[in-house]
Amino acid sequence: MSLLSDGGPAAAAAPSSSVAPTAVPPRAGVARRFLRKPVAVASLVWLLLVAVLAAAAPLLTSASPTASSITDALAPFGGDSPLGTDGLGRDVLAQLLYGARTSLVGALIVVVVALVLGLPAGVLAGYYRGRFDAAASWVANLVMAQPAIIILLVVLAQFGRSTELAMLVFGVVIAPGVFRLVRASIIAVRGELYVDAARVAGLSDPRIMRRHVLPVVVAPTIIQMSQVLGIAIVLQAGLEFIGLGSANQASWGGMLNDAFAKIYAAPNLLLLPGLAIVVTVTACSLVGNGLRDVLGVGATPPVRKRSAVRAAGPVVEDARPSSGTTPAPDDALLRVEGLRVAYPKPDGGEGEVVHGVSLTIRRGEVHGLVGESGSGKSQTAFAVLGLLPPQAHTSATTLTFDGGDLRGISRRGMNQLRGWRIGYIPQEPMSNLDPSFRIGSQLTEPMRHHLGLSKADAKAKAVQLLDRVGIVDPARVFDSYPHQISGGMAQRVLIAGALSCDPDLLIADEPTTALDVTVQAEVLDLMRDLQAERDLGVLLVTHDFGVVADLCDTVTVMRAGEVVESAPAAQLFADPQHDYTRSLLAATLEGGPARAALTTPAGGTR
Amino acid sequence: MLGFLLKRLGAGVVLVWVTATATFFLTNATGSDPARRIVGAQADAATVLAKRQELGLDRPVLERYWDWLTSAVHGDLGVSWFTNQPVGGTVADALPISLSLVIAAIVLTALVSVVIGVLAAVRGGWVDSALQGASILAFAVPNFLVGLLLALVFAVQLGLFPAIGYTPFAQDPGLWAASITLPAVALAIGATATVATQTRGSMIDVLGQDYVRTLRSRGLPTRSILLKHALRNAAPASLTVLSLQFIALISGAVVIEKVFGLNGIGERATSAASQGDVPVVLGVVVLTVVLVVVVNLLADLALGWLNPKVRTA
Repeated sequence: MSLLSDGGPAAAAAPSSSVAPTAVPPRAGVARRFLRKPVAVASLVWLLLVAVLAAAAPLLTSASPTASSITDALAPFGGDSPLGTDGLGRDVLAQLLYGARTSLVGALIVVVVALVLGLPAGVLAGYYRGRFDAAASWVANLVMAQPAIIILLVVLAQFGRSTELAMLVFGVVIAPGVFRLVRASIIAVRGELYVDAARVAGLSDPRIMRRHVLPVVVAPTIIQMSQVLGIAIVLQAGLEFIGLGSANQASWGGMLNDAFAKIYAAPNLLLLPGLAIVVTVTACSLVGNGLRDVLGVGATPPVRKRSAVRAAGPVVEDARPSSGTTPAPDDALLRVEGLRVAYPKPDGGEGEVVHGVSLTIRRGEVHGLVGESGSGKSQTAFAVLGLLPPQAHTSATTLTFDGGDLRGISRRGMNQLRGWRIGYIPQEPMSNLDPSFRIGSQLTEPMRHHLGLSKADAKAKAVQLLDRVGIVDPARVFDSYPHQISGGMAQRVLIAGALSCDPDLLIADEPTTALDVTVQAEVLDLMRDLQAERDLGVLLVTHDFGVVADLCDTVTVMRAGEVVESAPAAQLFADPQHDYTRSLLAATLEGGPARAALTTPAGGTR
Repeated sequence: MLGFLLKRLGAGVVLVWVTATATFFLTNATGSDPARRIVGAQADAATVLAKRQELGLDRPVLERYWDWLTSAVHGDLGVSWFTNQPVGGTVADALPISLSLVIAAIVLTALVSVVIGVLAAVRGGWVDSALQGASILAFAVPNFLVGLLLALVFAVQLGLFPAIGYTPFAQDPGLWAASITLPAVALAIGATATVATQTRGSMIDVLGQDYVRTLRSRGLPTRSILLKHALRNAAPASLTVLSLQFIALISGAVVIEKVFGLNGIGERATSAASQGDVPVVLGVVVLTVVLVVVVNLLADLALGWLNPKVRTA
């Protein structure tokens, strides 16, 4: 039983991250989409039915739920009491109906009190922050640190047994949950640019709140209230079960208490009140879940596919199953032909994002893969590495690395190549280091795994590598955590990591895009030196022709998932064949004095 | 790190003080005349007056508060109005029972929910659907009802465990374990659903992070990526929810103790509350808040240890 608002299935979604301000669709659409969810609709119907039965209790039974008669105790089904009587001879049907009243009224009290206290406080604290926020948050934390039932015991000890009073107090106890959710939602939306824009445009605070801020709060709060209803019914039953509900009032928890007293004589008395509670609370949860799906707020969707780390089966499929002919062995390190990447669409079809890309990289060749965002260049690089998300569907007519076929290769086989013979340098240095582990441990783990180095040897090699990539104090960085180093250093660490097992092929995905201009130049120089030193084949994904001119021997230009042109770098710069290449080059030239390489074709020196 | 902990300790002391003070004034300055309640409705005015003087209730409330507070700081929580037993002793006798129960439940919760949460996040499919369904059900079934059903099946029908009562650990560890198994399981089920759902969510979150892809690009074995890197980064969120569940478990234990006839804190609190035995109620409140503060401090310590940004600060 979860007695706090933190409990229950809703808790999984951290409010601040789960709120999408744009996710509030028009009301009519919401109702229609909700009606298309049979489980949610059935749950809502059940709740309404319970409410109607509770309201109509006097019409449905003439028996009093509290009138006991020892002679009638434990009467069976049928007769005067359709559902029998309990251990004190009270009519079970009447108790269930009047008990539903107690439960629903109690739950409504909790919801109303929690909303009246939590909602305005959350709005004010989230929107204005400052002292009120500090004070309100302090009180909220104070209340949330108390076990709910202890607070209730104190109050009931002082003011006497009363279910309504208990539910009123429980509303106060649960209000901090509402406060926190509302506050977090408001803080999230308050940082949005459109709210700033509204403020700059001179809209008044109340107007901004009504137009832009409050709508964001409505959906998560409604969903939370459906959970609170359930929590309240369960808690109320618990209080009644331990004998602290109102005296002389029928209740489901009280029925369970009586059943408990007669558990040996008549365990079947547990059944009906137990079911009433479980089904009603489940219905509350399911209505909440239905609303959450419809409103697009909250918990992580179900995991239908195995996650990427566990994905089984071949990474890349053979797109030409009957041919069986492998291309003649040559000096190609990486050969890609007819690579296609597709993703399933919601309608059940597939949307292809890479349409048959081909490229070849020889040992010692730096191959630039150029295109604008969304051209499929990163998808191509990840497909080669086998690092696309599990729902991606990848196929190729040829995909070989150093003569070995990568199509249909096992996960284990791919793991033998990745990190060892194929290194990868990511784009964003800070998000690509595990924040919980020291740099040293992240560098040595692959070396110990692939090369079987001892801890000391791996450390020596890692420090040497850090020194080689230009880190001034390698021993200190080895012992640092990622948050203790700069972005430029982190990118050097990642380059060191990609090279740590002496790979033959390096795949770099925009390795300098996230860095400052001065650091960019240094990192490019470093990559050029390392490439020459180790005779590496490199697949360099970039949108920057300056980088291409600086480093690449060959260039492949991609647009909308297709290769538009592929040529030696010097030739491409001197005589671009395709209009798209020309426009990209022109854009680079207009972008200012990129690298002088454009006037002295890069191929000249390399 | 030390400064952070001292700050949290200070906040904890304030929490205990504020709660104790609020409870004291709520129970001493409102409601009906406790002396009348104790001696009964038939007693004459002189008896009520004598009782009032005996309990010191004729003194000003601030004076009584100060006395109570200064004794409480020295560990003396006063005397029960009904049994004349020292509150400290009464509560301390009940503590091992409730603590056994809650600690067993929290350990069960932590172990089971990590396994289920990770499986649901990584395997998806039916494991994930089962977790989603089970968490809704676990939320809907009151834990005392689970306890009743467990007692009916495993104690009454199968006779595997005692249906009621508690055996101290020192007396017989085996019987001790048997006596808390069913109540701890009943208590843990709801918490497990919550913590497992959280673990699932944060694992899915972490597995989508860039650094997981980079770790995969290094060819590390799946086991290391999942259980070393991903779980480590998902742990803080789960631990936070687990520490909040501890508070919910204390609440749950109050009800569960009745089902299994355990004379723990919950039973003391319930009977003191229905009698209006204010010193015992106060004692229980202070004790539970101290427990919550201790658990929060432990959680802060563990979170600090897990988060290098806190540890190295």
